Amino acid sequence: MSLPEIPVVSASSKVPAPSGVPAPSPAPAPVPPEAGPVLAAYHLSVWYGTSLALKDVTIEIPRNQITALIGPSGCGKSTLLRCFNRMNDLIPGARTEGVILCDGKEITSPDTDPVALRRRIGMVFQKPNPFPKSIHENVAWGARINGYRGNMDDLVERSLRRAALWDEVKDKLHRSGMDLSGGQQQRLCIARTLAVEPEVILMDEPCSALDPISTARVEDLMDDLKSEYTIVIVTHNMQQARRVSDMTACLMLDEDSRDKNRIGVIAEFSSTDLLFTNPKDPRTEAYITGRIG
Amino acid sequence: MSALTRHIPASHSGLWAGPSRFRSLTEAGVGAFLLLCATITVLTTAGIILVLGLETLEFFEKSKVGLLHFLTGTVLNPEGGKYGILPLIWGTFQVAAGSSVIALPIGLLSAIYLSEYAPSRVRAVLKPALELLAGIPTIVYGYLALLLVTPVLKAIFEPMGIPVSTFNVASACIVVGVMIIPLVSSLSEDVLSAVPRGLREAGYALGATKFEVSTRIVLPAGLSGVMASFILAVSRAIGETMAVVLAAGMRPQITLNPFDSCETMTTYIVSVTGGEASYGSPEYLSLFAVGMALFLSTLALNLLSEIVLRRYREVYR
Repeated sequence: MSLPEIPVVSASSKVPAPSGVPAPSPAPAPVPPEAGPVLAAYHLSVWYGTSLALKDVTIEIPRNQITALIGPSGCGKSTLLRCFNRMNDLIPGARTEGVILCDGKEITSPDTDPVALRRRIGMVFQKPNPFPKSIHENVAWGARINGYRGNMDDLVERSLRRAALWDEVKDKLHRSGMDLSGGQQQRLCIARTLAVEPEVILMDEPCSALDPISTARVEDLMDDLKSEYTIVIVTHNMQQARRVSDMTACLMLDEDSRDKNRIGVIAEFSSTDLLFTNPKDPRTEAYITGRIG
Repeated sequence: MSALTRHIPASHSGLWAGPSRFRSLTEAGVGAFLLLCATITVLTTAGIILVLGLETLEFFEKSKVGLLHFLTGTVLNPEGGKYGILPLIWGTFQVAAGSSVIALPIGLLSAIYLSEYAPSRVRAVLKPALELLAGIPTIVYGYLALLLVTPVLKAIFEPMGIPVSTFNVASACIVVGVMIIPLVSSLSEDVLSAVPRGLREAGYALGATKFEVSTRIVLPAGLSGVMASFILAVSRAIGETMAVVLAAGMRPQITLNPFDSCETMTTYIVSVTGGEASYGSPEYLSLFAVGMALFLSTLALNLLSEIVLRRYREVYR
C-alpha cells in the first residue's frame, strides 16, 4: 500500500522543529471531498472548564486507512478522538477552539447537527457497552432510530457477519447482549456501529478490556474493515499501533503543563513505519522505546 | 529455624497466633445482634398478620357475614349489621387510580427531566424542592383539599351546572396525587441517574437524539426501579388516610361521579375507631377484617409488580 505524502506535524510551538521555525499549518485548502482527508483538525484546542486539555493540534486523517493515536496517559488522545464526533458536547463545560473538518465541512460550527454527524462517524468505546437488550435489538437499534427501512433481519445478520460474530451468536439472537463474553460484547458493539453504515469508525482503546485472543480478533477485524471505512484508534499498546495502523500520531504532555493541569499536544504524526523506526521527535523516541510513559 | 525467626520482629508474632478468643466472641456477638435487628421487622410483620388474621376470623364468626357477601355486598351499615365493603373497595380504587393518573406521569416525566435534561444547577434546586413536598404532613394536604382544591373545583364546574359536593373524590385524587409525585420522581431519578454513562454514550454515538436516548435506552434500563417507585406510590395512595378523610369524606357509596363523596378502607377504619363501637362487637371487629383486606390488596399489588418486572426487566450489570 502506498502512503500519501503527509508532512510530519510538530504542533507544539515550544519545540523547535528540525528545520528551524515551525511554520503554522496552512489553512485548509479547498480540496475535492473524495481526495482530501476524511477528517482533519487544524489548530484545535480543547478546554474542560478553565483547564486546557489539548493545545493547538493539527492532524489530517487519511481516508480508508487506520490512524493510531498513541501517547502516555492523560495526554488527550481520547479527547482528540471525541472531538471528531462531538462527543465532548455531552461533557458540561467542554469547549473547543480551532477548526475540525469532516469531508471539508466544518463540524464545530453551530449549524452542524451533531446527531447527523454521529450517524456518519461511529464510535466503539473502551469498555464494551452493549445495550441491556437482545443481541438482535442491539444491532437493530441504531439502524431503526436512523430510519432504516430495509429487511432488519438481513441487516442484523450482515452486520454481525461483518463483525465476525455471526457464527457465535446466530442461535441466540434473542438472548441479552450482556450475556456475551467481553470480546464478544466488543464485537457486538462494532456490529452495532457497522449497522448504521458510517464512513468513519472511532475506536477508543477498544481492546484494553479484552484478553489477547479477543484482541487479535478485533485487530483482524479492523484490517478487514479498512477497505470500506476509515478507522481512528486510540491505544495504549504500542505493539498494537504498530500492528494495525498505517499512520500514527504520538501525543505528549506539553512541557508547560504541571501535574494538576495536563495539556496534550501532538509530538509527531507520520506513517507508522517511519514513526516507529525513525522517530523525528526526541519525545516520541523516548516514549516508543519505553523510557517515558 | 533461627535464621528465619530472627527476621520476624517480636511485635509481629501475633500474626501466627490465630484470632484471639476475645475477638472471636465479639465477632459472634456482632453477628447475633445484627441478626436480631434483621428479624425484628420480620417478626413484627408476622405478628401483625397473626393478629389481623385471628380478629378477622372472629369477625366472620360473630357477624355471620359470609366472605363473598363481605367482599361484594354494596351496603355498609354497621349499626344495621350490614357489612358489604364493596363501596370501600371502590372508593379506595378510585382514589388510588385517580391519584396515580396524576402522579405517575408527572413524577416520571420530572424524573426524566431531572436525570437527562436538567443542567446540574437546576437539578440542585429542583430535586430538594420536590422532595420537600414529601415532608408536608398529610393532614395539611387534607386541609388544602377542603379549603383550596374543592372551592376551585366548585368555581369551575358549578357554573356549568355540575354540582360539586364539599367532600369529593376529585379533590382527594388531586391532593393525594400531588402528595405522591415526589415518591415517583425522586426514586425514579435515582434509578435513571444510576444507568451507566456508557449506555448513553453508545446511544449518542449511533446518532440518537437526547429524547431517543432518554426514552429508549435509559428508561428501559431503569424500568425495574421506576416500576418499584410506581408500586410504592400506589401503595401509599391506597394507604393514605388523613388527606382522604378531609377531602373525600366518609360516605360509603358506589358512584362514578368524581364530584361526589366516597369512603375508602382507611377512612372507614378512622370512622369506626372514632365512633362508639364497643370492644369485641362485630363493628369493632370489622376494623380488622377491613385492615386485612387492605393488607391483602397491597400485597397483591406487590406480587403483581414482581411478575411484571420479571418479564420486562433489562439487566445491565
